[in-house]
Amino acid sequence: MTTTAFSPEAPVLARTRRSFMREIVEDTPGGDPRLEMCIQCGTCGGSCPSGADMEYSPRRIFAMVEADMREEVLKANTFWYCVSCYYCMVRCPQEVHITDIMYTLKRKAIREGYYRESSASDAPDFSETFVDAVLKYGRSFELGLATRYHLRHHPIGAVKMATGMGLEMLRKGRMDLTPRRIKNLGQLQAILREAEDVAREDREQIGGGA
Amino acid sequence: MKYTYYPGCSLERNAGAYHSSTLAVAGPLGMEFQEVDDWNCCGATEFIAVDKMQAYALAARNLSLAEKQSNGNGATMVAPCSACFLNLSKCDAYLVKDAPLAEKVNRALAAGGLHYTPGSVRTRHLLEAMVTDVGFEGVAAQVKRPLYNLKVAPYYGCLIVRPGFLDKFDDEEYPTSLDKLMRTLGANVVDFPMKAHCCGGHMTQISEEVALGLIYRLLKNAADYGADVITTICPMCQLNLDAYQEHVNRYFGTHFKIPILYFTQLMGLAFDMDPLALGFGKEFIDAAPALAKIGVEPPPKPKRERPSKEALPMPMMPEEE
Repeated sequence: MTTTAFSPEAPVLARTRRSFMREIVEDTPGGDPRLEMCIQCGTCGGSCPSGADMEYSPRRIFAMVEADMREEVLKANTFWYCVSCYYCMVRCPQEVHITDIMYTLKRKAIREGYYRESSASDAPDFSETFVDAVLKYGRSFELGLATRYHLRHHPIGAVKMATGMGLEMLRKGRMDLTPRRIKNLGQLQAILREAEDVAREDREQIGGGA
Repeated sequence: MKYTYYPGCSLERNAGAYHSSTLAVAGPLGMEFQEVDDWNCCGATEFIAVDKMQAYALAARNLSLAEKQSNGNGATMVAPCSACFLNLSKCDAYLVKDAPLAEKVNRALAAGGLHYTPGSVRTRHLLEAMVTDVGFEGVAAQVKRPLYNLKVAPYYGCLIVRPGFLDKFDDEEYPTSLDKLMRTLGANVVDFPMKAHCCGGHMTQISEEVALGLIYRLLKNAADYGADVITTICPMCQLNLDAYQEHVNRYFGTHFKIPILYFTQLMGLAFDMDPLALGFGKEFIDAAPALAKIGVEPPPKPKRERPSKEALPMPMMPEEE
């Protein structure tokens, strides 16, 4: 990357384009997630149960965000490997809302399509399959989720699941064959449609939100 | 005490044992549950990864329904599932903190004729409500068959103790409330240093290797400390440790056989309730050897209707009595 520090256009750029850091901060719910307060101590990565399998530790990802390395960040597997255990969040000396930021990065990677180039490219589809069931029935539907997700991504695994664990779950009465639908599904769907519209308006105002 | 009750999707099926044992022990403890009418999914860990506004609207519909059901008296909503507890309490905490978000979520709710006043419904985890409101003495008063001899590893997992969006009720890294509850039941509580570590959550679906590693270290830790059973407070933790235990054994060449039981199931046993009513028999790893230690007969295994080997497959008359 070339430096623009002394370029006469730099101040104009800064005004017209939100930094990657700003985007993430503004798209994270619950007030200021304090990402700009990160002191790069590495407590997050050291506390992370799946940190060893991440391409970049959370600390490194935050440094990359600071450096505006948008593509590299959004293609990483880091946030897809986050298990939401919140260890990093309670240990962070700067009280950065790390888990929330991981979710913001997931949403951005999906919205902008970068996840396809990530080594964890199946993960978003699992989330989206889950979401689809909830949009359709109001509740989660394990059999439908497992079937659709596994058939698409691990067909051999799907057969193993169906004849092994899946069958056992059914036999023990731990899985439904048909989904359970809430009574007032129309109301829920109207609420979620409106939520989508509100979010779209938001994005049009500030651009790039997720 | 009266509570609004949010069972969550898992308790309807996969964690049916948690549901039935919760309702069974609630009575003697004087906890009265009124289910949120027509509740929907809390969003689990998936919804927020796809759409922020929808995720908050989804959780807020439940809060709104609970608020409406309490007729403005300020509801206390009990959730037995740690993920539901986290999502609902987090949604409320963030709506209180983030006024623009609350305004937008209420615009969405209005499309369904609903409204939510941030801060009006307090979501609590079942364990927290039990140890705080009923208390250890209240539980002890119900114990009829103490769980002496049973070595229990109390497993908290993550979301009940971390990060504590509404309030912290126990230590976020080394909690002890479930330990004390198990001791109240007479159980021999073993030290379990990994008790607040992650079960892998949805990782079994994303990267099984990573998930099995996380599950392995929990099982090994409990086995190292001589646990007969691991007791849990969350359907996701139960599923991962129970249904994937044989996968762990195959992957790591281990021989773990540790039943994973809900804390309410153990409470029910100590209250001398029928194991069948407590949902025993639904676990992948057989709980019978552990039950034998406290002199409890497991429920009979459901009989499979099979014709005898000699018989040809022929239509048969109903058996005469």
